[in-house]
Amino acid sequence: MLQRDYTTSQLDVLEAEAIHIMREVAAEFERPCLLFSGGKDSIVMLRIAEKAFWPAPIPFPLMHVDTGHNFDEVIEFRDRRVEELGAKLVVASVQDSIDQGRVTEQTGRRASRNRLQTTTLLDAIEEQRYDAVFGGARRDEEKARAKERVFSFRDEFGQWDPKNQRPELWNLYNGRIAQGEHIRVFPLSNWTELDVWDYIRREGIEIPSIYFAHTRKVFERDGMLLPDADVVQRGDDEPLFEAVVRYRTVGDMTCTGAVQSSAATVEEIIEEIAATRITERGATRADDRASEAAMEDRKREGYF
Amino acid sequence: MDILRFATAGSVDDGKSTLIGRLLFDSKAIFEDQLEAVERTSRDRGTEYTDLSLLTDGLRAEREQGITIDVAYRYFATPRRKFIIADTPGHIQYTRNMVTGASTADLAIILIDARKGVLEQSRRHAFLTSLLRVPHLVLAVNKMDLVDYSQERFEEIREEFTAFASKLNVNDLTFIPISALNGDNVVSRSENMPWYQGTSLLHHLENVHIASDRNLTDVRFPVQYVIRPQRATDHAFHDYRGYAGQVAGGVLKPGDEVVHLPSGLTTRIASIDTFDGPVEEAFPPMSVTLRFEDDLDISRGDMIARPNNQPNAAQDLEAMVCWMADTSKLTPRSKLTIKHTTRTARALVRDLQYRLDVNTLHRDEEATSLGLNEIGRVTLRVTQPLFVDDYGRNRLTGGFILVDETTNSTVAAGMIMETR
Repeated sequence: MLQRDYTTSQLDVLEAEAIHIMREVAAEFERPCLLFSGGKDSIVMLRIAEKAFWPAPIPFPLMHVDTGHNFDEVIEFRDRRVEELGAKLVVASVQDSIDQGRVTEQTGRRASRNRLQTTTLLDAIEEQRYDAVFGGARRDEEKARAKERVFSFRDEFGQWDPKNQRPELWNLYNGRIAQGEHIRVFPLSNWTELDVWDYIRREGIEIPSIYFAHTRKVFERDGMLLPDADVVQRGDDEPLFEAVVRYRTVGDMTCTGAVQSSAATVEEIIEEIAATRITERGATRADDRASEAAMEDRKREGYF
Repeated sequence: MDILRFATAGSVDDGKSTLIGRLLFDSKAIFEDQLEAVERTSRDRGTEYTDLSLLTDGLRAEREQGITIDVAYRYFATPRRKFIIADTPGHIQYTRNMVTGASTADLAIILIDARKGVLEQSRRHAFLTSLLRVPHLVLAVNKMDLVDYSQERFEEIREEFTAFASKLNVNDLTFIPISALNGDNVVSRSENMPWYQGTSLLHHLENVHIASDRNLTDVRFPVQYVIRPQRATDHAFHDYRGYAGQVAGGVLKPGDEVVHLPSGLTTRIASIDTFDGPVEEAFPPMSVTLRFEDDLDISRGDMIARPNNQPNAAQDLEAMVCWMADTSKLTPRSKLTIKHTTRTARALVRDLQYRLDVNTLHRDEEATSLGLNEIGRVTLRVTQPLFVDDYGRNRLTGGFILVDETTNSTVAAGMIMETR
């Protein structure tokens, strides 16, 4: 008889690793929660959570930090998915943080609530006494993220200190914390953008419609296509035009650009990504273009 | 397509960043916007060439100091394999990072400058690779263009390194002469070295056989989490009780007789469950849920094995330890938390037998402590039995971490050497 090779495909390895991480957190923490934005990475993370605890329900709530500037299609998707799962969703609202005077809204054409989210997120973590917070960030996204741990320690101010990270060996994770501190957990650390799409295809996972090509009124700013929406301030020198576009990442309407694309199915998206020469954040995120260390600086403050 | 995890060791001077840059660039894993950002920064600083090390040195602190302070993970894929690079800095003060990167690596690449030959740091990297039992080692002799692609020079280095490696636990050692700068033997075979009969580095990475590196012999299933739905609405699962975990060794099948530790009671596997349905077998690194024919009292931290092939239930451990904290030292009488598979206990350092000089392999038996980046052999006493194997037999059931109970930091990595 032919000896079996026991080769494991890359998606199976990544899935097994992510499930292991989720179960470690569920076993070792009192009050975990999972950040769910309705974006593709958090959708995959949610599917992994479903798998990790089946046939039991997911043993922690979901949280969405809502800037109030999200795409309607994404909010609709979020609510439907939560209902299907019978999960508990906590919405932390940036608008509430503004109304309560916790943060001040930026003004001007480039105003964005992106950075304000950090305060809303940290307030919610403190208020709900969460000790572990799952995020869908991947190391291939950005160079500061490339150096972040799977279990990323945050002090009582929610800060990340890149020079003082806990060594992570084998599949052993150190989740010990003192009162008021917490751990950000990134089960998809080793996934690439293409892995996420391959997984969505393999699992037949539903995603919000804006990931697929559609006709939309947009205008151009800094080489990015921003949508025509009430919350996006457009100048007279930024004319609207119609284009066939799709979104590679899903964030705030004010700082998430669309890419011109005719990819209407997951297969076509995978083909497009395999051929692309620009990273997803480089192509679509104004928030990362602020400076060379934009992500590192925001992460230190406690950003996702 | 499977995954190969590899660690790279060497300093910037050895051309490590250039090599990684080339692997990423030639496999199209570097994107235009990343390259433009690097070119812009290189220009701003007055560097004449595009400094590819800027791709891996991600943090502001590193760029300001021109050093790499941590393990960076990089990803690329070819049609054959997905690759995860743990890029670790080469300086001696970063032994900690190399140990971290090597702990999960299937393969390690050590870079040597053909002009300089085997240096102290090359020996240190090789030793750490062997200590962490990385199954495959590649010695990339770089900058061959600067020694006129000399076969003689390559053979000299090969002989010197082979002699040193014979003292280590290295099972698979491959030598490849390259020029990372010019691309010789990196992605494709070089015409500049017709005397070299081997494959290119990338070809080797794509084809090295790793499936049998896992331990598929000794069944080890550390119980991670107990799944009990108790959903009144879903009667089908009302009495469901499953034991979730990631297989650390061996192949499990429904019907197999297994032993539960610490109780020593035996039962049979009734079913191996996953969200996608029951499976016929489970092996590393699968995450599954086991159900048993008998109702045993099983909880997190317990171990499932085979009655005739069990790990050692040990409270006294002999281990090599790498100390990773800069604010404290390991000394006899140190009390720490030990994390091994899914079990956490307290450990007391009974004895420090010797401190090892990672450059000369000299054992200093007079040593009374281990400081940052120092490695030594210790005896530990643990508050409750751990179910352990020799690290050389199974990296997952032979490795552990030590955690400081006051600061909660991870202060050491340990490898169990012989169980008793």
